[in-house]
Amino acid sequence: MIPSPLLAIRNLTVEFATRRGTVTAVKAIDIDVGKGETVAIVGESGSGKSVTSYALMRILDRAGRIASGSMIFSGLELARMPELEMRNLRGRELSMIFQNPRAALNPIRKIGHQIEDVLRQHALVGATQAQQKAIEALANVRIARPEERYHAYPFELSGGMCQRVVIALALACRPQLLIADEPTTGLDVTTQKAVMDLVSELTRERAMSSILITHDLGLAAAYADRVVVMEKGDVVETADADTIFRTPYHAYTRKLMRATPRPGCQLRDLLPEETTSPAPSPVADQPSKQQHAPLLRVENLIKEYPKAKSAGSLLSLLGGKSEEPFRAVNAISFFVGRGESVGLVGESGCGKSTTSLMVARLIDATSGRIEFDGTDLTQIPARQFAASPFRARIQMVFQDPTDSLNPRFTAARAIADPLLRFPRLKHGESMRQRCEKLAGQVGLPLDLLDRFPHQLSGGQKARVGIARAIALEPDLIILDEPTAALDVSVQAVVLNLLQDLKQKLGMSYLFVSHDLHVVGLMCDRLIVMRGGEIVEQGNSADILANPRHEYTQALIAAIPAPPASR
Amino acid sequence: MSESSGVQPALKVRQQAPSSPGILTHAIHIIAENPVTGLAFGLFTLIVFAALFGPMIAPFDPLASNTTEALKGPTRVHWFGTDQLGRDIFSRVLVATRLDFTIAIASVALVFFLGGLAGVTAGYFGGWVDKLVGRVADTIMAFPLFVLAMGIVAALGNSVTNIIIATAIINFPLYARVARAEANVRREAGFVQAARLAGNSEWRLLLTQIVPNIMPIMAVQMSLTMGYAILNAAGLSFIGLGVRPPTPEWGIMVAEGASFIVSGEWWIAFFPGLALMIAVFCFNLLGDGVRDLIDPQRRT
Repeated sequence: MIPSPLLAIRNLTVEFATRRGTVTAVKAIDIDVGKGETVAIVGESGSGKSVTSYALMRILDRAGRIASGSMIFSGLELARMPELEMRNLRGRELSMIFQNPRAALNPIRKIGHQIEDVLRQHALVGATQAQQKAIEALANVRIARPEERYHAYPFELSGGMCQRVVIALALACRPQLLIADEPTTGLDVTTQKAVMDLVSELTRERAMSSILITHDLGLAAAYADRVVVMEKGDVVETADADTIFRTPYHAYTRKLMRATPRPGCQLRDLLPEETTSPAPSPVADQPSKQQHAPLLRVENLIKEYPKAKSAGSLLSLLGGKSEEPFRAVNAISFFVGRGESVGLVGESGCGKSTTSLMVARLIDATSGRIEFDGTDLTQIPARQFAASPFRARIQMVFQDPTDSLNPRFTAARAIADPLLRFPRLKHGESMRQRCEKLAGQVGLPLDLLDRFPHQLSGGQKARVGIARAIALEPDLIILDEPTAALDVSVQAVVLNLLQDLKQKLGMSYLFVSHDLHVVGLMCDRLIVMRGGEIVEQGNSADILANPRHEYTQALIAAIPAPPASR
Repeated sequence: MSESSGVQPALKVRQQAPSSPGILTHAIHIIAENPVTGLAFGLFTLIVFAALFGPMIAPFDPLASNTTEALKGPTRVHWFGTDQLGRDIFSRVLVATRLDFTIAIASVALVFFLGGLAGVTAGYFGGWVDKLVGRVADTIMAFPLFVLAMGIVAALGNSVTNIIIATAIINFPLYARVARAEANVRREAGFVQAARLAGNSEWRLLLTQIVPNIMPIMAVQMSLTMGYAILNAAGLSFIGLGVRPPTPEWGIMVAEGASFIVSGEWWIAFFPGLALMIAVFCFNLLGDGVRDLIDPQRRT
């Protein structure tokens, strides 16, 4: 090892005072970061990886405190440093990039001025060169036309651009250590690749050290020199990036690696070894039933939104011509067979969510046909669709399990909600019994049925959402990124659950996702969308193995190399 | 595990999960966390007590004049002193609580119902309902509110009912706007979409999904406007609109006592004014406490 590391965390323990007594979030951990080294801290939610970085920056919230241990950063003890001195170090020696770049920027200040603020704070520049330096900083993070962008406000920039600005802010004072806390979580894969490539290039160029905090093993494998795996506040394994993925030593690391979707694996492979059920159901084995009339046939579906009304609306009031509307979905056609899973893939803004909302009949299409079991559903307006008998046959599982549950309903009440409108009770069965049966089907412990959403974990909330969707025994379920908000190990379980339910209940899935690996595992066929249009569709194995359209190729290439393929 | 018998209304919407603390322990925790909330709840209890039992426990008849005892300062017998007609001010302040409290509660309940419903409907459905509610609120806001209240009472006539109506009308924009904003952000929330998929009609969505979730913020709003409503009622009485003397009412009492301050009899205006101040102070503080109490997120 390097003789004296830039940062040496020893025995660090962080505690939080809560209503139920003290909770130890980080338990006596040791982490070293050498000069010029990139260390990834990997773990699932609640593992204490973010708390560690907050402790390092000394920005824990009021309830949290560093109970013991030391953090030596180039000879300085950070754990007991007075706040005033700490303020001097932040931004100049230690910098941090946060998860949500939009939230990290002041929305009403020009980005150039925000960079100047940091430079002035640390008295690195005078007022005269500040603008010059800020433009330089923007140019350094590869922002095109930096002079122009200097005057831009955060809302005028895309998510990836905002993250670049945040990186520019973090690096403006040439710190020695950069902490990136889930820097690419909200970003598309291609943007993620661009941002991460930029970060690793800049840190290497400047011989900086960095700590990459992530839940994504693939990302850690691709960009870190060394990987620290954390579980429930403990460091369970520390090793070089190469060795840890080739020969993982700790059981938890192995479990994480198994649960990460990767090319060439089956859905059952994601589950931990000991729980693998004896009923393997590889997607490919299914007899293709596509010869029959498809369940859902979408033809020339178009959704237009009026352009943002600024000056336009006033002009149109005065009799001027209204602007061309924006086409979110541009004449797409596809079908979903009975018992089939079809994946709808694309990056944000490609129209996949709009499409799924139209198929779910939550919004009206501008034109086109949505034929479901032989009936054109676009004839029934979305507002009146609730009363239609078709409502019960098309259901949806939402992306964010927290947002999709009413905070004032118990789990049982949430599951029962569809049953109250469409009574599907078997003879002599009470609502409670039906809820319990559904909970059993999705593997939700029955004693959790009387809890409120905030008392449930993410995986449990996802199960409630799934139970609600299958309550009416629908023919088609639209899955809108059902696992995007979940940890990989939970994702593995939920994906398997969905697959089992599909076979048991004979449903069809329209699976909307940005994650090609997940879609590849779940779906028979794939539809790739970009800019409101379908660029490629076909058998999922074929598309993943040899994508024909260049956009699909770029998408596949941008996924960070998963550990197993190393 | 099946605990419900088949006949029973099968769905039990329990107020709290078995693992979460009861409402009482929750309240104790909230108060322990923020002693100011405890103070506000204490004052509130005191006000409710005075409103309920004031006339029974008042040591003197609030209307009985006794000219031999007129204009006496606070003594052991007359704790708050006596006024120009020799009436016991303590008794009058105590008895007045019920009237002022009733006006505040009734007007807030009225505006909560009307303003809240209008606002939620506007925020949820948008379109012409939204425009209509918005313009009505704007029109009301365009007047100096106290002058508007004066105008309404003057036009409708001097009565307690009309004070309640006037106070409700001038608070309408506050409720309508808060409710509109809250309903609007939740219109496209995941759980609303999910309920829509469950086949609920739009009105049912509004009442079962949206309204319960904006109750915390509306409760805070109610608590804050309670203080304002009391102040408004007292203000109207002070300038001679609304409740007529000799009815004991804080605003009238302050008005009657105001002319005696110059000659040194400060207590006539001071004690009803103090009661008014404490009531308003209490309701303003109560807002935060109420929010903490009924927000399910806080029950961890």
